[in-house]
Amino acid sequence: MENEKKVYDKLLVTSAPHIVSSIDTQKVMANVLVAMAPALAVGMYVFGMRVIALTLVCVIASVGFEWIYNKFMKKQQTAGDLSAAVTGVLIAFNVPSSLPLWIAIIGCFVAIIIVKQLFGGMGRNFVNPAITARIVLFVSFATQMTTWPLPSMAPVTDATTGATPLGLWAADKSVDTMSAVTNNEMFLGFIGGCVGEVSAFALLVGGIYLIWRQIISPLIPACFIGTVFLFALATSGSFDMAIFHVFAGGVMLGAFFMATDYVTTPMLPIGKIIFGVGCGILTMVIRIWGAYPEGVSFSILLMNIVTPLIDKFTIEKLYGGVKKNEKK
Amino acid sequence: MSQSKKHLQSVKVGHFKHTANSETEVMPIPDVVKISMSQHIGAPCQPLVNKGDTVKVGQLIGDTDAFVSAPIHSSVSGTVLKIDEQRSAMGGSDRLVVIETDKKQEISEEIEIPHVQDLKGFVEAVKKSGLVGLGGASFPTHIKYNPKNLDEIDTLIVNGAECEPFITSDNRIMIEEAEDILDGMKLIMKYMDLKVGYIGIEENKPEAIQNLNAIIAQQGLENVKTFTLQARYPKGAERVLIYEITGKTLNAGVLPAELGVVCSNVTSVAFVGQYFRNGMPLIRKRMTIDGDAVTTPKNVYAPIGAMISDVMAFCDGYKTEPKKILMGGPMMGRAIFSDQMPIVKNNNAILAFSKRQSFIPEETQCIKCGRCHLVCPFELLPFAYAEAYKANDPQKLSDLDIMQCMECGSCAYICPARIPLGFINKLGKSLVKEAGIK
Repeated sequence: MENEKKVYDKLLVTSAPHIVSSIDTQKVMANVLVAMAPALAVGMYVFGMRVIALTLVCVIASVGFEWIYNKFMKKQQTAGDLSAAVTGVLIAFNVPSSLPLWIAIIGCFVAIIIVKQLFGGMGRNFVNPAITARIVLFVSFATQMTTWPLPSMAPVTDATTGATPLGLWAADKSVDTMSAVTNNEMFLGFIGGCVGEVSAFALLVGGIYLIWRQIISPLIPACFIGTVFLFALATSGSFDMAIFHVFAGGVMLGAFFMATDYVTTPMLPIGKIIFGVGCGILTMVIRIWGAYPEGVSFSILLMNIVTPLIDKFTIEKLYGGVKKNEKK
Repeated sequence: MSQSKKHLQSVKVGHFKHTANSETEVMPIPDVVKISMSQHIGAPCQPLVNKGDTVKVGQLIGDTDAFVSAPIHSSVSGTVLKIDEQRSAMGGSDRLVVIETDKKQEISEEIEIPHVQDLKGFVEAVKKSGLVGLGGASFPTHIKYNPKNLDEIDTLIVNGAECEPFITSDNRIMIEEAEDILDGMKLIMKYMDLKVGYIGIEENKPEAIQNLNAIIAQQGLENVKTFTLQARYPKGAERVLIYEITGKTLNAGVLPAELGVVCSNVTSVAFVGQYFRNGMPLIRKRMTIDGDAVTTPKNVYAPIGAMISDVMAFCDGYKTEPKKILMGGPMMGRAIFSDQMPIVKNNNAILAFSKRQSFIPEETQCIKCGRCHLVCPFELLPFAYAEAYKANDPQKLSDLDIMQCMECGSCAYICPARIPLGFINKLGKSLVKEAGIK
């Protein structure tokens, strides 16, 4: 290079900045997958090996639908960014372990094709794909979706299925559910329920991991869980009952993994607080006064729908030029 | 931008300060230098020399009567080959005085040590030195030191933050020429009658902080302090630095003087100290040469007008074929199209990157994570600007305060979808300007 003076005059010219952080969409999604591993492990321990087959089928179906749709519609291929894989795992987390696989695949179709891709794909869906899939399956296949296999540590009887703690409580709200399951068992996850939502502890570990890696903001989970706790405490007057409502059903799964979905939740911190509190209130209203025992899915879905309004309000009213300048 | 916050939002960017410990080496005078007549914000200079003239080191070779401008001096002794025109890094056209050097480096008779009595004389001398803002803005310094509201100004802030990755030239000056920085500060504070002076330095430069503190203590300076900043980007941006040190919010379009502050880069201040000692105008510049395409990254004292290719040759040439060369750091630096460009006054780094490091991955869909908002020092809304820009809506861009953006690029750096938010902000701002919205 020294002997002959070479001129480099066709260099690349781009706008600054010329470097980017190492965190891209794929890494964000990979972190979410890692955070879901503890809950998956507990699910496998509690419900047996069928959980592996169910999860694998959901992931493969979701990524497959994403790939096929992008290929067919000649869109930028997003199957590799792992967002579809996250959706797949979440669908598996949101169904009973005994769910027939073909029903699970229908759920994946609803999530990826109908909810996500038909609304414009990555970043454009207005409701959470996995939540919507769960609700569609819940109203379409009510029997299969509410048949809860017994946890492996349940006392051996002839029965193979049982009710969830929340189901027991909803059937007769005067019954002392604490005698059937302890909050301790619910915290660890040795109860009936959906694959991924049984262990509050495992979900908490995953959630803290996501907050530590700065993948999610703690605002939504904190406001969601906090509101559920305070609401339950205020209506029942019992500390145990408040803890029960936090650990039961899908609150932990929903708060850490589904109410924190970037796309369908508000972008600004103040919006996230409104969103989290709204989810908590709706969940408890449905649980206490609604026909369904569980309200997490519906509350997140409803708050997803008002998210554009929250965003519009927080961005334009709180940050809009005139107002902001007045503050200064 | 609430006053209650201790720090403005920022982003953690890799430091890559490979050359932090490499002492500045003086580059040999190249065979030919091309000195640009437009090395500052404002009116370009007119060449004062013609083809065939002989010039000496420090001789005035370009000047203009325009107020916002700075004179240009020869960095070498030799013969003027021609007055050339060349496409500039900004995209316009530059006039260049091309000088064949005689390597004798004879000093011009024009050089004299300035003797000044008052602010007027001081500002006059600074103007004569050709000093411009060496932090990168290249705003003629003599204007900065002669504000309209002199009575209201009491604070000098010297910017040694150096928050850009790779660049270590300010770090080296704070280690190698700390006395000059303090001399410069004393002069500025004396003539502008300032009460207190701060040197803002990021905490990742402990050697520089210790060195300056030791000399401040040794000289018994009571009104000069170092101020340790977080080692995060963009703490060295003028508006951020002033907030961090004084707690005063500086909005876009407002001059620091209106907050009672004069803000200068360490290199500029050190130059003031040197100029009042030896009278040599601004003819050479310390800069960091780094990047994965450079064989031996180091800090170099290069004469103004040396070709970038010559400076690279002094660093043992390119290791691999360069695909992108930057003037300045990777966050705000300008990519240039050729290595046949001359060094100008405000260069503080030349970075050459290989093909592998030159490309930013493909843009994907926004996932609405909100990170761009969370790293913006002024809590702006880059994601909303991107949408409004695509919708060609200058009114909305203006309503959402896009004009407050200082183009630091933090949003584009952090974006996981690789959306070029920094570029969109620039385009959005020009859209608002074109639409004439106030």
